[in-house]
Amino acid sequence: MKQVLKRLIGAIPVLIGVVLLIFLMLRVIPGNPVLTLLGEHYSDAAIERLTLSMGLDKPILVQFFNYVIGLFQGDLGTSYKYSRAVSEMIMDAFPYTLKLACMGVVFAWVVGLTSGIIAAIRQNRLLDRMFMGFALMGVSMPVFMTSLFLQYIFAFQLKWFPLTSTGSFISMILPAIALGWNSAGSIARMTRSSLIEVMQADYIDTAKAKGLFKAAVIMKHALKNSLLPVITMMALQLASMLSGAVITETVFAIPGIGRLATTAIGNRDMPVLQGTILFTTVIVILGNLLADLLYSALDPRIRKGN
Amino acid sequence: MNQENVLEIRGLKSYFFTEKGVVPAVDEVDLIVPKGKIIGLVGESGCGKSMTAKSVMGLLRFPGKIAEGSILYDGKDLAQYKDKELRKYCGKEISMIFQEPMTSLNPVLKVGRQVRETLLIHDRSLNKSQAKEKTIEIFRSVGIPEPEKRYNSYPHELSGGLRQRVMIAMAMICKPKLLIADEPTTALDVTIEAQILRLMKQLRDETGTSILIITHNLGVIAEICDYVYVMYAGKIMEQAETFELFDHTMHPYTKGLVASIPRIGKNPERLYTIPGVVPNLLHLPKGCAFSNRCQYATDRCRSEKATLICAGEDHYIRCFHVEEELAGTGGAPLQADLTQAEPEQAELTQAKPADTQSVSTEVQA
Repeated sequence: MKQVLKRLIGAIPVLIGVVLLIFLMLRVIPGNPVLTLLGEHYSDAAIERLTLSMGLDKPILVQFFNYVIGLFQGDLGTSYKYSRAVSEMIMDAFPYTLKLACMGVVFAWVVGLTSGIIAAIRQNRLLDRMFMGFALMGVSMPVFMTSLFLQYIFAFQLKWFPLTSTGSFISMILPAIALGWNSAGSIARMTRSSLIEVMQADYIDTAKAKGLFKAAVIMKHALKNSLLPVITMMALQLASMLSGAVITETVFAIPGIGRLATTAIGNRDMPVLQGTILFTTVIVILGNLLADLLYSALDPRIRKGN
Repeated sequence: MNQENVLEIRGLKSYFFTEKGVVPAVDEVDLIVPKGKIIGLVGESGCGKSMTAKSVMGLLRFPGKIAEGSILYDGKDLAQYKDKELRKYCGKEISMIFQEPMTSLNPVLKVGRQVRETLLIHDRSLNKSQAKEKTIEIFRSVGIPEPEKRYNSYPHELSGGLRQRVMIAMAMICKPKLLIADEPTTALDVTIEAQILRLMKQLRDETGTSILIITHNLGVIAEICDYVYVMYAGKIMEQAETFELFDHTMHPYTKGLVASIPRIGKNPERLYTIPGVVPNLLHLPKGCAFSNRCQYATDRCRSEKATLICAGEDHYIRCFHVEEELAGTGGAPLQADLTQAEPEQAELTQAKPADTQSVSTEVQA
């Protein structure tokens, strides 16, 4: 508990840094949100009026402080384009991303771990080569390609699933596989190599010498050790999926966080962009924390080290 | 199989079938562990000592496997057993202590749980709390201070000596008939070594467990062993009772080992070492494996393989030099000892293939 608090406090400077960085970066990049909003026909008076109402006339430092003060009150600002509270927009988009991420992560973990373990046990046999082939495909194929490939075969040709997602369970399956395949591939590869390495350890001989059967040796002694590095990766993957899968959400037209961010970029909708990036950062920080906590829960050597 | 023996290894060949060729890690080893005795297996690193032990426990890893020979335990040939059948014996009747207490315990499990597991595997009638009680009991008997507290310790929280005690507790908890200790004290400092050796001896006296102790340290042998096998490049070079071996060291290799022991007070210019290193098992000399390092080696040694011959009371040796020397002094001692030796031991002196066959048919009968 103490450790969690310590870590959370340690995350505060990171957050402040991220807020400052996003704020500055969005002001440095070219493109005027006022002009984007007004479209093709505008008058100088309109520009001035809008600039004033958006508070863009004030010095950057003042704008920054206003923003930070707003953050403390839970106010992420208001969208330039839609005049809606950014926090509200994020909360609207998040359930889609959450659903996609959960399904993707379940797919990645279940498929990745089982195929990794089986591949390690059947090292250099047919099953191992097959699984590792699929894993390599997952790791090396870009997500937009897997997405299109899955869409073409299972939605367009076989018509098993809808082409785009409506948010229902069935319509989320293809995007979840597209998103999870990559992670499943890296989990499988890492589980396999880690398990093979652990099976060479001395304490595996001890376990066999005790009279444990091979399956029990793997489940009770090898797995917990071999999963230590994998767990870290799994938690980080969860965080990255939760922070929005830009490409998958775009290809399958899912109105999640990733889509929100890309649309905001197109609209020069800075408050929305700032909001989504900040949200993402918080999730990644929490994901890292989760990884560390899981790691120390599994490995007593780290637990006592702190 | 003789009822007085717990373990009889007959003509064991454990080979590694690598891409570069066949590595004879254990080559025609005959070894007997009588009931209640402590037997030593000594030799340099890489001479096949550990592989002999691992063959018994079924722990050889790919590409290694038992190519020939038998491992007789309780009238059954463990070498013929599949992994599943062998596991029923491991931990219960035959158990093993490993060289590195630092890495031989699972780092993420509490030591109490690891010891308790052995008990639970082999005795289904026990529940977890009973097993815990027994574990704490054995912790106490192997001299682990504060056993209740240590039960919940992780391996990294214990010192090397304590970890080795935990390993011994794990190996002894089912009261096995045979304990194989693979360099149990190599990773420990000298005072702890003495404690651990004393503990093993005490356990043997209390439970009657036979011990096969594998070591490269002749000091350990002198300390606790009743009988010694000296191994080199996968073969037994000399075997004798401990006192006999140190009193009448015969094999040039054993002589070298004994001479290499540092002695306080003698103050030699340099510590003696056997010249050269253990040959690559892939490219063994044609004759005696030791011929390239032996100062007495003759042309015969380099071209012919010697067999084990009887050279004294229960003292066997694989060396042409000693054989010729014994024969040169009239040949009488050799003959006399041969006739005195028990029939089973005398078989060792005869040609190998016939010998192993006769033993295995005897077992089947």
